[in-house]
Amino acid sequence: MSWKKGIRWKKGIRHEESSVRTLIGETLLVLGAGFCFLGALGLVRMPDVYNRIQAGAKASTLGALGLLAGVGCLHPQWWNKLVLIALFILLTNPIGSSTLARAAYISGLVPWRNRTVERPREEEGTSAHPPFSTKEKSS
Amino acid sequence: MISLSPVTILMGFALLGGGVALALARLGWGPTAADRVVAADTLAVITTAGLAWIALALDSSLYLDVALIYGLLSFVGVVAIARVLEKGNPVEKGDPP
Repeated sequence: MSWKKGIRWKKGIRHEESSVRTLIGETLLVLGAGFCFLGALGLVRMPDVYNRIQAGAKASTLGALGLLAGVGCLHPQWWNKLVLIALFILLTNPIGSSTLARAAYISGLVPWRNRTVERPREEEGTSAHPPFSTKEKSS
Repeated sequence: MISLSPVTILMGFALLGGGVALALARLGWGPTAADRVVAADTLAVITTAGLAWIALALDSSLYLDVALIYGLLSFVGVVAIARVLEKGNPVEKGDPP
């Protein structure tokens, strides 16, 4: 426990303030790693490609941002590269997951339906087929 | 020089390693090609965060450059494979589970 070592003087700054910063940084690190783990767990547990895209992209983005914020709290002199990586993840991960969902939908993957729930008013023609037929593209 | 507490180091390595293991399981076990690409995307994000964690643990800012380039290359690869899935339609049309 490095934040309980007491008061030291280093470059005119009390060590207590930096120990509070260290505590916040370590909490953000553990939270970010936990959200990364939860994203991967949702990737395994979800039943469909589209659900897996949602679980993986959102939770992993939040986890990576939290972990980068924790690294920035512990090493404030690295802020420029950390902000660059965080902005890059925040901009490109939704674009990548949206492109993947569009590609999976166009290529003909049918979304998952909960078959255990009874649907009394189910009619023909209301099932979830993709609006883009794949037969037209082959011509 | 910042000394992390051993509890934080252990929990961070365990959670990131567990996340990488679960994403690799979905990458190998995914029934369709889109599942594997989604698993590769999530694995790339977790690996980028893990490279930042390694930069903190080894106290060297070189790994942040490695993380940035890794994220860039993985994004380009994911978009390219998504375009191939969309146009060429090489995906096997598996039944929904």
